[in-house]
Amino acid sequence: MAAVQTSGERALNKIAIVAVLVVTIIFLAPIYWIVSTSFKPRNLATTVPPTVVFEPTISPFVKLFTKRSQLRSPPTAEEYAAAPWWERVVFDGGEKIVRDGQGQVQWSGYPSRFLNSLIIAITSTVLAVGMGTFTAYGFSRFKVKGEADLLFFILSTRMLPAVVVAIPMFLMYRAVGLNDTHLGLIILYTAFNLSFSVWLMKGFMDEIPKEYEEAALVDGYTRMEAFFKIVLPEAATGIAATAVFCFITAWNEYAFALIMTNRRAQTAPPFIPSQVGSGLPDWTVIASGTFLFLLPVAIFTFLLRNHLLRGMSFGAIRK
Amino acid sequence: MITPLNTSSRAASRGLSDISIRNLFIIPTIVFLIVFNIFPLIYSLGYSFTDFRASTNAPANFVGLKNYRELLNDPYIWNNFAVTAKYVIVSVLGQVIVGFGTAMLLNRDIPLKGLITTLLLLPMMLSMAVVGLFWKLLYDPSWGVINWVLDLGKFQWLGDPKMALYAVAFTDIWMWSPFVMLLSLAGLSAVPKHLYEAAAIDRAGPFYTFFRITLPLVAPILMIAVIFRTMEAFKTFDLAYVLSTQPSTEVISIRLYKMAFQEWQTGRSCALAYIVLIMVLAITNIYVKYLNKVKER
Repeated sequence: MAAVQTSGERALNKIAIVAVLVVTIIFLAPIYWIVSTSFKPRNLATTVPPTVVFEPTISPFVKLFTKRSQLRSPPTAEEYAAAPWWERVVFDGGEKIVRDGQGQVQWSGYPSRFLNSLIIAITSTVLAVGMGTFTAYGFSRFKVKGEADLLFFILSTRMLPAVVVAIPMFLMYRAVGLNDTHLGLIILYTAFNLSFSVWLMKGFMDEIPKEYEEAALVDGYTRMEAFFKIVLPEAATGIAATAVFCFITAWNEYAFALIMTNRRAQTAPPFIPSQVGSGLPDWTVIASGTFLFLLPVAIFTFLLRNHLLRGMSFGAIRK
Repeated sequence: MITPLNTSSRAASRGLSDISIRNLFIIPTIVFLIVFNIFPLIYSLGYSFTDFRASTNAPANFVGLKNYRELLNDPYIWNNFAVTAKYVIVSVLGQVIVGFGTAMLLNRDIPLKGLITTLLLLPMMLSMAVVGLFWKLLYDPSWGVINWVLDLGKFQWLGDPKMALYAVAFTDIWMWSPFVMLLSLAGLSAVPKHLYEAAAIDRAGPFYTFFRITLPLVAPILMIAVIFRTMEAFKTFDLAYVLSTQPSTEVISIRLYKMAFQEWQTGRSCALAYIVLIMVLAITNIYVKYLNKVKER
């Protein structure tokens, strides 16, 4: 671009900057609304006009993690004084936290769903990236008969609609007792992510010069040693990026989890919508559950920003 | 220390041969995918010729092509396909316009460009089911922020059967325009600058420059985005399922889900799954051809 800009170009650039700002605000507004609703007292979540300025409260998060019941009468001064500080925000909202006979706080369904999501997403990511890295190396370095067909086959398994695969898997899982188990979902997510991880890792492997390993082989390394000591460290960034992509996919997955789990192994995505139910949902609790759920993904997106293009195009477009 | 002299013998005698390493690395993945992706499909192909219902213990009876024949003659199923087609067209078209437009805006010297791009990409990384659900509050006719901002009064987004499909598509456009933007940006930044300089010297107008230089060079990558989003929109389930219960938003995946897991017509749903599967594989094939074409450039 020429160093000297005409006044017309400068004006155009200013218009573009304003337009970009407007687009960015529109795109981020729903996310901002989730975050702000998750710190609102319940009565401010559904007001006309919408409440923008308010005093933040952690009451939605306390409600998210615990079972509550409506208060018939206001709490006595002793009850109020005896309650921990985080419990008072629930008193203020006209509810109290349910406790068992020993006075232990009764947890809601959310913490266990969140934990299930973590266990299933992390385990399936490790498996998919682990197997995918080996396979990608195999495709990248050795001659494989019918390589293009095999790679197409691998990719096509990823493209299958979840519900299509879920029907026979449901019947098979029921037959072997894998319905509503962590292992069942881990297997499904591993299979789903494996194809993706092979494609993405193959791109990263192709970029590591063959000469590195060949030099190591000459130095007396076996092929295995060369792979573990030379190739893997070189591929570390690619492995990390692939792992984050697989984690996000498994973390966000809805259809399989909806069909294959109902209690024990249920993850957060089918659980959160089931809380809306009928009647008037408490949107502050839904917002806080959503906010906690999307927080790890938002952090990962920032860490991953330079690899997003590659990941989203299955490694086809590199920059 | 390893002396160079015995290296070759050591590598040959103690290490696995390249062929066994190749097989060791590749075969487990292929086997895993066959067992957990292909075998279930063969299993359901068998059931698609039966009247099996997973909710009863009655044995499956072979009914031949009856399921397929009935499905293909069922106007309701065709209606589901028509809804899906409409949804695909609205949402993909919207994503291309918004995504490509935003990429055109971003493809110049803009302060904090990297940060803005990353922020814009956030929606597509989030869970469709969980974040999509929150749009129910945004669309609410009484206290939804959207009606308030646009001053629409009590406009029914999800409550009106005609509007509901568009409402779901708008949320989809919000989530996935960033994807089209990301790929378009890659395409735009790869257009050689000297072409624009040459066009400027020739006093080419902005329309000429756009249609004769920018668009043709970005087209292949844009095409990838379009095919990929078409495939995903065709399969869509999460968003429409959590947002709306209207029959007018019953895309084919939702029909399939209901047939299989609410009406328990297992055999029939397996047949429908196969019809959907063949369509998806056809789109996948086109997609992979395009991927390879772009890779070769």
